[in-house]
Amino acid sequence: MLLDADLLTATLDAALATGGEFAEVFVEDRRTQSAVLDDGRVEELNTSRTRGAGIRVVTGETTGFAHTADLSPEGLRRAAVAAASVARSGSPRGPLSVGDGTEHDSGALVLPETVDKAGKVELLRRADAAAREAGSAIQQVTARYNEGRRRIQIATSDGINTGDDQVRTLFAVSAVARGDTGLQTGRENVGRTVGFELFDQVDVAQIAAKAAHRALLKLEARPAPSGTVPVVIGRGGGGILFHEACGHGLEADLVAKGASVFAGRVGERVASPLVTLVDDGTMDGEWGRISVDDEGHAARRNVLIQDGELTEYMWDRLRARAAGRASSGNGRRQSYRHLPMVRMTNTYVLGGTEDPDEIVAETPYGVYVAELGGGQVNTTNGDFVFGTLEAYLIEDGRIGAPLRDANLIGNGPEVLANIDALGNDFAMGMPGTCGKDGQGVPVGDGQPTLRVTALTVGGTAT
Amino acid sequence: MTDASLAELARGVVALARPGEQVEVYAARSSSTTVRVYEGEVESLTSGQNQGIGVRVVADGRQGFASAGLLDEDAVREALHDARANATFAEVDPCVGLAEPDGLPLPVLDLADVAAVRDLPEQAKIDVATDLEARTRGADPRIASVRTTIWGDGWGEVAIASTTGIDVGSEGASCSVAVSPIARDGDETQIGFAGDGARRPSELDVDRVVSDAVERATGMLGATKPGSQRLTVVLDRPVVAAFVGIVAGMLTGGQVVKGRSPFADRLGEQIAAEALTLLDDPTDVRSLGATEHDGEGLATRPNTLITHGVLGAFLYDTYSARRGGVVSTASAVRGYGSVPVSGAQALQLAPGALSQDELVAEVGEGFFVDSVSGLHSGVNPVSGDFSVGVTGRRIRGGVLGEPHREATIASTLQRMLLDVVLVGGDLEWRPGGTGAVSLAIADVSLSGS
Repeated sequence: MLLDADLLTATLDAALATGGEFAEVFVEDRRTQSAVLDDGRVEELNTSRTRGAGIRVVTGETTGFAHTADLSPEGLRRAAVAAASVARSGSPRGPLSVGDGTEHDSGALVLPETVDKAGKVELLRRADAAAREAGSAIQQVTARYNEGRRRIQIATSDGINTGDDQVRTLFAVSAVARGDTGLQTGRENVGRTVGFELFDQVDVAQIAAKAAHRALLKLEARPAPSGTVPVVIGRGGGGILFHEACGHGLEADLVAKGASVFAGRVGERVASPLVTLVDDGTMDGEWGRISVDDEGHAARRNVLIQDGELTEYMWDRLRARAAGRASSGNGRRQSYRHLPMVRMTNTYVLGGTEDPDEIVAETPYGVYVAELGGGQVNTTNGDFVFGTLEAYLIEDGRIGAPLRDANLIGNGPEVLANIDALGNDFAMGMPGTCGKDGQGVPVGDGQPTLRVTALTVGGTAT
Repeated sequence: MTDASLAELARGVVALARPGEQVEVYAARSSSTTVRVYEGEVESLTSGQNQGIGVRVVADGRQGFASAGLLDEDAVREALHDARANATFAEVDPCVGLAEPDGLPLPVLDLADVAAVRDLPEQAKIDVATDLEARTRGADPRIASVRTTIWGDGWGEVAIASTTGIDVGSEGASCSVAVSPIARDGDETQIGFAGDGARRPSELDVDRVVSDAVERATGMLGATKPGSQRLTVVLDRPVVAAFVGIVAGMLTGGQVVKGRSPFADRLGEQIAAEALTLLDDPTDVRSLGATEHDGEGLATRPNTLITHGVLGAFLYDTYSARRGGVVSTASAVRGYGSVPVSGAQALQLAPGALSQDELVAEVGEGFFVDSVSGLHSGVNPVSGDFSVGVTGRRIRGGVLGEPHREATIASTLQRMLLDVVLVGGDLEWRPGGTGAVSLAIADVSLSGS
């Protein structure tokens, strides 16, 4: 554990000295190592270290929060007093005692920090060579290796004292191809909540070849259509659709403020009966995997939509308490400098029964998206957008010409209702960073091949 | 070491450089507060100190970097140690190396008023946010609630020192407000957002934030999906700020020397309409991006990127300048956690003569874009492909008509620059530091139903 129980007890006492009802100390120690190969050269290795604590005091509906990098008893006490400034009139809550906590094991088989840097650099060189071998039009390759180890500890006046050791490893390649139509790009990322054993599971040369293939493909690509068409999304390539189309709208903080189209709709049909949507922080190895959330609650598998019916929102401590229920293990934060809020972990749609090839064959005209890019949603009205990294035209039930980059736009509730085919080929997708109110956290997503009967494609072809 | 001066700390690490080794230290320390208000009560009050140090080592043509979000002696020494170790694994690059002082003195700019922000009582900040929320709620009967109302402020200092003789420091302070009201009409709900930033609390334009936010929320009530067509779009200033930010990113030395800019070979050519002139001028104090020195400690200077549509210059940091065989334009941007890269600091478009109303009238028939979404996923700065989600209003008979949402506009950045037909005179300094004017751009694909 990062801090001992006596120091935590003293800090919580100071935090509650002016009448606060709840206090929490969140401690974080994070180390990262990255290495980048760009332009044919290993150009940058970067090591970082941060460490600090954020102290939260809740009184009524008000939260006080102060963070510090000074973990000495005096540094923590000062932060506790600052956080307690929101509670001015009450009397101290009296003595409390934090027991000895336990830190959850990272589960990493090979801690990346124990691997020689030369081995990491070698991965980059292999990726560079593989991407360049993919075609002479590949003009530029960037390969990035990232490892991160985030140890956290959460102690609260409710008696929680727990910790987590989160180890994540990521490898990303982006390629630029030059052709008659100018420059085109492709990228591919693989990231898992595992240690250096990631590279026993995946081949960096294949990651690089995929990135290069995407760039080369787009040299031949046609402008995407402009207008509303059926869209088929390939397995693991479009979990972000659900992350944006409804995931954010099922976060209890947005629901409570009337800023979600899904507010007040538990028990109602909100999606096609084919759709069962789950948020699951317990999925071993996945990018959004955690043992406990950043409020010390155990990660859980939460079914949000069952056979098209809205069953549950996602909750952090604050919202759960206001609703008189338990947290769902979705209280997360970017760092010790941030307050927790309701966030997703790994969000996915369960597989269906159809043959994915049949889904394409039964689509006379439309767009096939092998990989969606990032997205954004307006939770209040449900409108969302996302980009495409690899997409094709579907003509006469066959995947045809590749398409240039275009955003897709839709409305969450409408799209959920318009899913009319779900494949039996579930897969998780690329690692993501979800942004909300300026905070980024790692998330995963997944889905089988599926078809949406109508999405607006923002291309230029008419 | 929290009591030591930041400059002394930076110089102290530089003094540990070994013979033949270049060392640069970027150290920063700041304080910040955030107040969130909800339904007249303080929802959260956050305060904290941030600090950190970034150490760059160059030895034998190899560069290494490490950072720490701490300023205690052990962490600082560990960062130096890690940066050295990292350098040994990088490949030799004759162009790596630290910035050398270029003789240009730092401009003297009236930028920081630390006391005005730091000494503002907590209650005054709460009052501003509470008042902003109340006025937003009361501005229109259709405003049902306010999702968040935020006051934010921060003040701090930066010091940069290096073995090449860089030794600069600066202070900064700023404050901001933002509000996102929810408008309701029957079953329909729409959200708006507006904010402002300033160096001093007295310079915040709260009236405008209220009216902007309310207009954006209520204006979208009843919005429908437009039909697909090609037309002229008018981009409102927040949208233009995002647009020119992406364009400037394509005009940075880092992208140019690595073959990632479609404009790399086009210096001296007409890449935009003649009406368009784009500068990056960190010495212009009207911009919140104004700064006396760049991220490598060189004196900032105005750089004109596009003059009457002709590409005149790229923005370089020291490394990309060496690669490109030119000198740095003092355009290194960074925080303590990363090595500097070339980037824009305080963009501005030269204003035209038309007010926004006149510009819309001149366009006659088209689409007015008041917000965009999916910029990070829908714009490819290497290929130039541009496709983003938009909300806005139809322009009919020279005035704004019915609202639309769930639509996209698409073109390529290269074409959009050339297709600018009108440049507004409605210069507005955005919180992000960009001086933006409304732009009318012809022949853009609007996708809807």
